[in-house]
Amino acid sequence: MTEAIVTDTAQVWAWLGEVPDPEIPVISVVDLGIVREVAFEGGECVVTITPTYSGCPAMQVIAEDVEAALHARGVDKLRIETRLSPAWTTDWMSEAGKAALKGYGIAPPVQQVIDISGLKHGVKRHAIQQPDVACPHCGSHHTRLTSQFGSTPCKALYQCLDCREPFDYFKCH
Amino acid sequence: MDKAKFEYLLRQGDNALILSQQLSQLCGKGPALEEDMALTNVALDLLGQTRMWLTYAGELEGMGRDEDRLAYLRDNREFRNVLLTEQPNGDYAMVMVRQFFFDTWHFFLMRELLNSTDKRIAEIAEKSIKEVTYHLRRSGDLVVRLGDGSDISHARMQAAVDELWTYTGEAFIYDELDLAMVEQGVAPAAETLRTAFLQHVAEVFEEATLSMPSPDAYMQRGGKQGRHSERLGYILAEMQFLQRAYPGVEW
Repeated sequence: MTEAIVTDTAQVWAWLGEVPDPEIPVISVVDLGIVREVAFEGGECVVTITPTYSGCPAMQVIAEDVEAALHARGVDKLRIETRLSPAWTTDWMSEAGKAALKGYGIAPPVQQVIDISGLKHGVKRHAIQQPDVACPHCGSHHTRLTSQFGSTPCKALYQCLDCREPFDYFKCH
Repeated sequence: MDKAKFEYLLRQGDNALILSQQLSQLCGKGPALEEDMALTNVALDLLGQTRMWLTYAGELEGMGRDEDRLAYLRDNREFRNVLLTEQPNGDYAMVMVRQFFFDTWHFFLMRELLNSTDKRIAEIAEKSIKEVTYHLRRSGDLVVRLGDGSDISHARMQAAVDELWTYTGEAFIYDELDLAMVEQGVAPAAETLRTAFLQHVAEVFEEATLSMPSPDAYMQRGGKQGRHSERLGYILAEMQFLQRAYPGVEW
């Protein structure tokens, strides 16, 4: 007996919600906002993903993981497409995803993306406010940036000035 | 095939690729851990952008050359990067001043390319500009900190500015190919970019207590047309070694 062919996009979304990000396994690729669309075109499942950072090495692994997860559930005809525009933003990260990041010790992005339209007149160096980042360990807002870049393209390094713990901050993007 | 557009895409891709390769050579050699991570992260962003440009170039050419073939199997004279990107790493002042000049020009170019009549170029610009904005903020900060720092850091920064200034004009010297792209609405006019570049550099240099050389100084040129310094040969020798020695190797 053959299994029924899945043509239910909600089911595919649910399955993709179980595919973890390879670098930060507590958050799924759906919670991260990488999966943009799921559709069926004549029996073929088309999953559209978007890169976080253009050079992020995890993207290839994510595409492979998505493929493996869906194949394992009987989705045989599958195509993965990449979409650049609109460009990925941390605003697409779900609240569940942000909570999971915090529980993992990574301060989630503050809701403050780089607004491209605001760049029309150049970059005013001093107009840039440092985001108010709360320590994921003790909750204090008394923190400081120690490095603009961290262990992956999406993170910066911070230190809490109250509990003194260093921590990763998932940058707004 | 639109030969001019293919070449234009190579210019974008090669700028990002060569600078990325140079920054990668500094991995493990940064003056501080934070700087080391920043250099390699910027290199990674630029490499990702390279892939978008060269993939599009290869598709447009339609000769079956993908991003890898374009990056690893072209010779010195076929590279289209501006000379600024192949200037030696030198001391950290040279690295940061080169980066600041590049980031400033890169930022304004990406901002204008958001309005390109070529939809895919506009998409690549949209993806890139967020990363480039972050790069420019960082390099501007460091130019101020080092320029308005100790006597030694100030002297080194000023020396790097004077050394590299003559390489800042090439991007704004348009040849027929660039003009064809402007004509088609694909690329912005040189003067738009140059004005924005000079204004931003002047603002940051004032804060950094650095003096800005004359915008009318003689500017080196040739990289966009494939006439490079000896230095590019060494960069390519290292970057392309594996594919040259073991053609088609994968891992």
